[in-house]
Amino acid sequence: MATMAVQMDGGPDKIPLRLKLQRVERRRKLMSFTLVLPLLLFILIAFVWPIGRMMFNAIHDDTLLTLMPRTTSALSAWDGKDLPDESAYAALVEDLKQAWARKTTGVIAKRINYELPGAGSQVTSSARKASTLSAGPYRSTLIAINPIWGQHDVWIVLKRGHSAYTAYYLLRSFDYQFGSKGQIVASPPENAIFRDVFLRTFGISIAVTAATLLLGFPVAYLLATLPTRTSNLLMIMIVLPFWTSVLVRTAAWGVLLQEHGIVNELLITLHIISRPAELIFNRVGTVVAMTHIQLPFTLLPIYSVMKTISPSYLQAARSLGAGPFYAFWKIYFPQTLPGIAAGCLLTFILCLGYYITPALVGGAADQMVSYFVAHYTNEDLNWGMASALAAILLGATLLLYYAYNKLVGVDRLKMG
Amino acid sequence: MAAFAYASPLEKGWYYLHRLICGAVLLYLVAPILVIIPLSFNSVPFFTYPMPGLSLRWYEEFFLSAGWQGALHNSLFIAVLVTLLSTALGTLAALGLSRPNFPWRAAVMSLLISPMIVPVVITAVAVYFFYADIGLLNSYTGLILAHTLGATPFVVIALTATLMGFDHSLTRAAAGLGAPPITVFFKIILPLILPGMVSGALFAFLASFDEVVVALFVASPEQRTLPMIMFSGLREQYSPTIIAAATVLILFSIVMLTTVELLRRRSERLRGIRR
Repeated sequence: MATMAVQMDGGPDKIPLRLKLQRVERRRKLMSFTLVLPLLLFILIAFVWPIGRMMFNAIHDDTLLTLMPRTTSALSAWDGKDLPDESAYAALVEDLKQAWARKTTGVIAKRINYELPGAGSQVTSSARKASTLSAGPYRSTLIAINPIWGQHDVWIVLKRGHSAYTAYYLLRSFDYQFGSKGQIVASPPENAIFRDVFLRTFGISIAVTAATLLLGFPVAYLLATLPTRTSNLLMIMIVLPFWTSVLVRTAAWGVLLQEHGIVNELLITLHIISRPAELIFNRVGTVVAMTHIQLPFTLLPIYSVMKTISPSYLQAARSLGAGPFYAFWKIYFPQTLPGIAAGCLLTFILCLGYYITPALVGGAADQMVSYFVAHYTNEDLNWGMASALAAILLGATLLLYYAYNKLVGVDRLKMG
Repeated sequence: MAAFAYASPLEKGWYYLHRLICGAVLLYLVAPILVIIPLSFNSVPFFTYPMPGLSLRWYEEFFLSAGWQGALHNSLFIAVLVTLLSTALGTLAALGLSRPNFPWRAAVMSLLISPMIVPVVITAVAVYFFYADIGLLNSYTGLILAHTLGATPFVVIALTATLMGFDHSLTRAAAGLGAPPITVFFKIILPLILPGMVSGALFAFLASFDEVVVALFVASPEQRTLPMIMFSGLREQYSPTIIAAATVLILFSIVMLTTVELLRRRSERLRGIRR
């Protein structure tokens, strides 16, 4: 329509048709973009920006730089070999006095304690005593107040505080930390928990993805081959749990899997086991509940691909002499692979971020990365650590989401 | 599979095994929901069968105690506002995205859907820090905006799916007959996309009504929602009142699901898609 209109008045005002068309096209693009703009802005401001800022916290920490400005700048000239000279000690006393007066000692102590466990309380007690000092020599006095100031490593930590950027939190997330000379070393065993957490998160996600595929594939095949009326009826059994709150379903599994819950009672009545099995607050409960929640996510994409596979391929293979299993494996199964990839990838991506379900039906050893992000935010108030763990989890999720978009296309995302 | 005449016994065995497996999986899917609904009518506070008697005492507690009712009220209030907001934002965006030649369509679309994909704890913590800075923490506005983030992707997905089969020549015909864009929207586009819009809105409602993680981070006891009470209850002790509340939530889902299904059929009929 627009093309014709342009053609008609294209003559008199001497603007080439091509330019006019381009202009119309541009105006249309602008119009469609204007429609998307409100939501786009909302997502950018209320979602992308906060997450970006949080990610920034994973490498940005200016606690020492802002709260101990004199010490960190005095140490910038220090070569890091012997103990620093008198001027650095004087700066430290000034900073500690100021911190004591402004009641920021706790923040500084906590920050130093991250890198030197146990040093925090010594910093606080030194600050209390240093607040009464009036004249030097500070070096010997401070070492007399607390021997920690005669040690090399606390000064290295303070020197690193001169930069507002730190790799400390990200290193910790991979179970590395800075050694006494500033080199990167493996974390001591009592701190080295995160590699385990990431491996566990991947492990649980893979187990749940495999379980959903194993359980979902036969059902998808049944639904795709049954007459529409019957399959629609069975579909309700899949979509109803899909649209029930995750919290409700997790609660239901909690009831079912309890020590004297229905599953245990049933198994005992059937003489399969003689005393209640431990089904909850461990890996079994976590995987059973998560598989239940994720099953429709894997099943539905497989089902919609199977719907499009014509039965005549299988019939042709059979009539050409292939056995039933050979024909299924060689002809039918390969055609379902796009659905399998879409379903499994989506389930795996969503599994990585699970929080509620492991928290309610898992034990301490089943908590995934999300739990630790929440834990460091709420309980430890160690926001650098929370951000670093979140950054790695987000990185993995976005990488897989990108792959999903390339492989499947975001348009294919459906909800029942 | 129907042609049993020339099927080998092995094949028949597989056929029944397949049915059996499917039956077990479907049971696994619905059992938790079917099992806990009767338990909410149990007369004693235990979660085992057989139940000694039936009673409505847990529903009485749910519907008559101020704590639960306040939470239900909060949840409904927040979910309704989230539904309105996300439906408006999502519909506009889906309309723009479905126009032909939208620039960087795939990239923009995946950005708009991303709140559904990003682990919810990350969203919750990020929004928590953001709100702490701009003073939206512990406010209804904050919680509603945060829930809208999670709800809009559902509207966008539902509507882009509806608009996929949309015939753009209809709007061009209307425009050609002299209708201004506003009239085209209300007389032509809206009636056709309404089923998709309503199912998107219902999904958005459920997304907010069931959301717990973001609420735990950004809401204060004043904004406490139903899932928040259930979550803290489940962490300590499973109480029958929680199961009664869960049953109420399940009923909500069933009503929503039925509506969505009816609308989907209507929409397919309207767009002339035969199944």
